[in-house]
Amino acid sequence: MKLITHNMLTSKCIKGVLTGFPLAINATDIKIKEVDFNSEFITRVIPKLDWEVLWCAANSIGHSDGLPKTIEPKFEEDEEFLKKAHHVLLEIEVEEGHLTCPESGRQFPISKGIPNMLLTEAEVQ
Amino acid sequence: MWRRYLMWFAQEHVDFRHAEMQSILSLFNIQIRYIEKPCIQKPYWIVELPSEDCLRKIASRSVLIKNCIELWSRARSEIQLHKNLQNSLKNTSGTWILQESMNGTSDLHVCPKEMIETYCSSKKTFKVDVETFCKHYTMTEKVKKIEGFSYLPLEGPVQLKNPDVTLSYIEFYGTDPNNVPEEPYDVFFGRWVVDGQRDLIQVHSLKKRHFIGNTSMDAQLSIIMANQAQVKSGDVILDPFVGSGSLFVSAAHFGAYVWGSDIDFMMLHARTRPTRVGQKVRTKEESIRANMKQYGIESKYLDVLVSDFSLPLWRDDLKFDAIITDPPYGVREPTEKIGIERDNYTLTDEHLVNHIPSKVEYGLPHMYSDLLNFAAKHLEMGRRLVCWYPLVREKYFSMGEITRRERKEKRAEEMAANAARKEKEYQNRISDNT
Ligand SMILES: C[S@@+](CC[C@H](N)C(=O)[O-])C[C@H]1O[C@@H](n2cnc3c(N)ncnc32)[C@H](O)[C@@H]1O
Repeated sequence: MKLITHNMLTSKCIKGVLTGFPLAINATDIKIKEVDFNSEFITRVIPKLDWEVLWCAANSIGHSDGLPKTIEPKFEEDEEFLKKAHHVLLEIEVEEGHLTCPESGRQFPISKGIPNMLLTEAEVQ
Repeated sequence: MWRRYLMWFAQEHVDFRHAEMQSILSLFNIQIRYIEKPCIQKPYWIVELPSEDCLRKIASRSVLIKNCIELWSRARSEIQLHKNLQNSLKNTSGTWILQESMNGTSDLHVCPKEMIETYCSSKKTFKVDVETFCKHYTMTEKVKKIEGFSYLPLEGPVQLKNPDVTLSYIEFYGTDPNNVPEEPYDVFFGRWVVDGQRDLIQVHSLKKRHFIGNTSMDAQLSIIMANQAQVKSGDVILDPFVGSGSLFVSAAHFGAYVWGSDIDFMMLHARTRPTRVGQKVRTKEESIRANMKQYGIESKYLDVLVSDFSLPLWRDDLKFDAIITDPPYGVREPTEKIGIERDNYTLTDEHLVNHIPSKVEYGLPHMYSDLLNFAAKHLEMGRRLVCWYPLVREKYFSMGEITRRERKEKRAEEMAANAARKEKEYQNRISDNT
């Protein structure tokens, strides 16, 4: 799971959970996988992000080095920043671990990089 | 000056021809003039476009276009075509001399002299191709047809492999192989400009793909869907019934970043039974991600998640540039969601690990209504949901006396893809192609 995905993901599937965001990350295995840099895409994606959540998520798994806590107004002209954002959003992969719902504490396992957001039939009754 | 072109299509998936072309034209915002009203019985369109660049853009996307030719002349017969071309060499007016009629019956079609002469220079290598649609000619017969063009002032040397100029002579004998006329209905001559994306069908062929499932979408239809979704570089797309990720391949090929989800844990982990006949176990290379790597588009892979589409997953304000998907229809795989019919069902903690939840019927109308509502909420303004929708067709057969049979069509080719476009008022419109 990439941090860009984490930034969009909720546990609203659970009954009674209102926002289910952000999920806490608990990672037991993290891999760095190189991804081609596309400044146009990163520039388009940044306004869609909850930047604070991204920073905290990166920080919680020990990968916030050099990542600014806030976005500058003219971020699109700052290539170094875009590359940093690219790295954090697309190249850090949580391979094993779990996500935790901020409201209910329900855990969702991540295995082989794929989060499992399924509830049990008991939970959807 | 607008230029006149002949677009030749594959006589396949004809129901999608118009949809694919309209999507591509509006994606690039290209104006088009139809010189002859398009009809699906004919594998070609005669059109005018503002520039050759427009034509190249269209061809860079269309999988249904075979090739495109700058039209120098057309006629109802070989003799008239030669007459037209010979007259073109004398046409110094700088414009076309035409006698147009909307049903395309006119035989006068004389292009300006310069159009031909630009490509006749002694420095340009050339060749002439002959294609006879729906009728076979031997090599010798074809060479004879080529020799018929000897009056053209082509000064450069002939070169069969990668020449500077490829001229194309086409005879069209209709599309019914059981009813081929003596003389062609239509003949065309012009300069080949560009091919469509037919080669991509082989490149993306499921036969050579690492990971496929029982319901992987065929390469050609996936490309058509990506075109209908007007996918472009840097887009973010979602397939909420992603399966083996076949719809990722074409979307990412055109530059989109892809997210997917599916209820089937075993599928996303490539642990379902192998789909290929004779294969016992899935190999390590089998995963959606490995497919992306196989085609050199791994950088476009975002993530896949195990998730039931009947429940919310994404942040409310997340917007996708397109949703491209092939939902279950209940024919080859059931439409289901997590649930249980029993009341007060509980699970003990020890059962939780590796528990595969039971499912209940989702119901087709319910699922499509969820899909449309989801699209209305999560699509960028003006962007599209492209999905398949099952139709049950009734077919009538007459054999001796009339017997009536009903047949449930499986799907795919027989079904219509629906391009639902998101309107300003969040009203989704499903347009049916059949
Ligand atoms: C027609 S297949 C899609 C095939 C896919 N295009 C591919 O490349 O393999 C439908 C998929 O929907 C999934 N599905 C069925 N019910 C679902 C649900 N409630 N939520 C999410 N996915 C579901 C199935 O597991 C199946 O993989």
